[in-house]
Amino acid sequence: MDPRTFCAQSRLVVVAGKGGVGKTTVTAAMARMAADLGLSVLIVEVEGKTGLAAAFGAEDLEYDERELAPGIRARSLTPDIALVEYLEEHGLRRISKRLVKAGLVEVVSTAAPGIKDILILGKVKQLERGGVADLILLDAPAAGHAVSFLMSARGLKDIVRGGPLHGQADDVLQMLNDPSRCRVVLVTLAEETPVNEVVETAFALEDRVGVDLGPVVVNGLYPVLEGLDADPAAAGAGASTLAEAADFRARRQELQQAQVARLAAALPLPQLHLPSLFTVDLTPSHIDVLAAALATAIEGLPAPAGVR
Amino acid sequence: MAPPFTNLVVQSDILVCCGPGGVGKTTVAAALAVEGARRGRRTVVVTIDPAKRLADALGLDDLTDTPRRIDGDWPGELWALMLDPRSTFDGLVTRYAPEPGQAETILANRFYRNIAGALSGTQEYMAMEKLFELHNDERFDLVVVDTPPTRNALEFVDAPRRLTRLLDNRLFRLLMMPARTGFRAVNLATQAFLRTIGKVVGSEVVSDAVTFFQAFEGMEDGFRQRAQGVQDLLKSPCTAFVLVTSPRRDAARETEFFAEKLGEAGIDVEALIVNRMHPRFAAVEVVSDPTLAPLYRNLSDLGRLSDGEEAHVAALAQRVGAPAVRVPELETDVHDLPGLARVAAHVFG
Repeated sequence: MDPRTFCAQSRLVVVAGKGGVGKTTVTAAMARMAADLGLSVLIVEVEGKTGLAAAFGAEDLEYDERELAPGIRARSLTPDIALVEYLEEHGLRRISKRLVKAGLVEVVSTAAPGIKDILILGKVKQLERGGVADLILLDAPAAGHAVSFLMSARGLKDIVRGGPLHGQADDVLQMLNDPSRCRVVLVTLAEETPVNEVVETAFALEDRVGVDLGPVVVNGLYPVLEGLDADPAAAGAGASTLAEAADFRARRQELQQAQVARLAAALPLPQLHLPSLFTVDLTPSHIDVLAAALATAIEGLPAPAGVR
Repeated sequence: MAPPFTNLVVQSDILVCCGPGGVGKTTVAAALAVEGARRGRRTVVVTIDPAKRLADALGLDDLTDTPRRIDGDWPGELWALMLDPRSTFDGLVTRYAPEPGQAETILANRFYRNIAGALSGTQEYMAMEKLFELHNDERFDLVVVDTPPTRNALEFVDAPRRLTRLLDNRLFRLLMMPARTGFRAVNLATQAFLRTIGKVVGSEVVSDAVTFFQAFEGMEDGFRQRAQGVQDLLKSPCTAFVLVTSPRRDAARETEFFAEKLGEAGIDVEALIVNRMHPRFAAVEVVSDPTLAPLYRNLSDLGRLSDGEEAHVAALAQRVGAPAVRVPELETDVHDLPGLARVAAHVFG
């Protein structure tokens, strides 16, 4: 599939996955890839402190959007500010700030859990409808929370049976259930627990939220190194260290491949493989490398049905 | 060999394991509990993680919120349970309800059910509540707690206060007013205000909340005192906080933030356990030979990774001000007691 086609499939892409699998890294790489194709990208962060801005060498994000790199803007949405905006747009401008200050969010979100989520998703929907960017990437809360986050619209409709919030939930649900507007890209590692959890999350999202699932990104795979089985004897004193390190790598590659196969068997979604860069710190140049790897992986996907 | 870690299991009454998600916290907590049993202590480990990781690590099919004993070849005892925040909360309500019918009214209220199930921090609050219960249970002398992977670092320390803060919330005070004052004028103003909020969020939501707070009347003091008791226990010298993390940047950042927040709350971190470390290979002299190139390349890849990890551990240990112990990344998840004993061996030397 052409990466352009991939980016044009829906304006909103929700990137979700368990903590520590590199969800934010994948969000950054996808943004970079899209921007390199000439698309305008907006990244929306909802949990704060994701390290996204740091990956682009920028300060932590705030509610107001900021440019992280040419073509890539980002902002952090919080329920408090989203609620103020919402109240102002619904004729309660005069008391909105006071209500929020008095702890309305805490009260209201206790009264109807999911209101916080719906306020954020409502804001995301407004951005999506407003066409503020060619591609909007939502860095979703960690795995289990992603399901309840996206489920909030359905849950809220049962609690709040009328009024503007009910309408808001309806609109959000429509967006989530329309594959031409929104899809979820799940991120995982080729390890036992992350694979189990991504399979569980995928089925929950499909069954309970009814949202379209894009390919699964398998992050952090050891790049295959040809010639690892060479005889290290010629290395002299270092031979045993080289052999141990090679064994370690070969063994890990094997384990990862087994997990990739297990994922493929359990989850009928195409996979996009991203390499480990052998680093614990992500810099803009690493993101460039991952963006290129992502584009290559997408090119390896079959073209969508109907497009030839 | 790190003696402070052994003392941790031998001398503490409570071990709280906290840290970011995805670092293997549940497994580490279980390993600490196994070590406790091996050192002769009657140990109980409690998890909040609903993903059944603890049951899995102990080689069990399932755990409930009633402690279950696990047999093993050790002088002490090992028990495990999985927290059910809802039933723990129900127990609290029942305990503090001054009148018989009051508890039932509250338990059936939708607003209460939301608090018990979804108020941010409730899980953490109930974990601390359970910890308090287990600590006072004479069957146990060491309680190991695996806290939820929360981004809001300090929720579990702050959790008991959250509900009381909710009860002190100005809006809630207002909601309580119709029950408290006989003045019709106040009542009318309040009603108008509630209607405004109701227009936005739905009137059912507001009436549920009002009913809840009216039913809760008279119970706040009990809750407040209990919250204080839990708070004191967390700060007492018999409780030790262990930070569990991985050497990745995001995890390290979050861990640092945890440590900072704990410090602000007057709590010292006793130990730092860095899980999932990659192996460190010695540097070798490079012999020029094309067939060896991939082997050198591999060594340099792994070396770069290890260097980065070590830099994070060193910086973290210094900032946290606690001794750090490294646990290697295992090939597979831990599914049995021997596996936990291997993890414990890395921690305790």
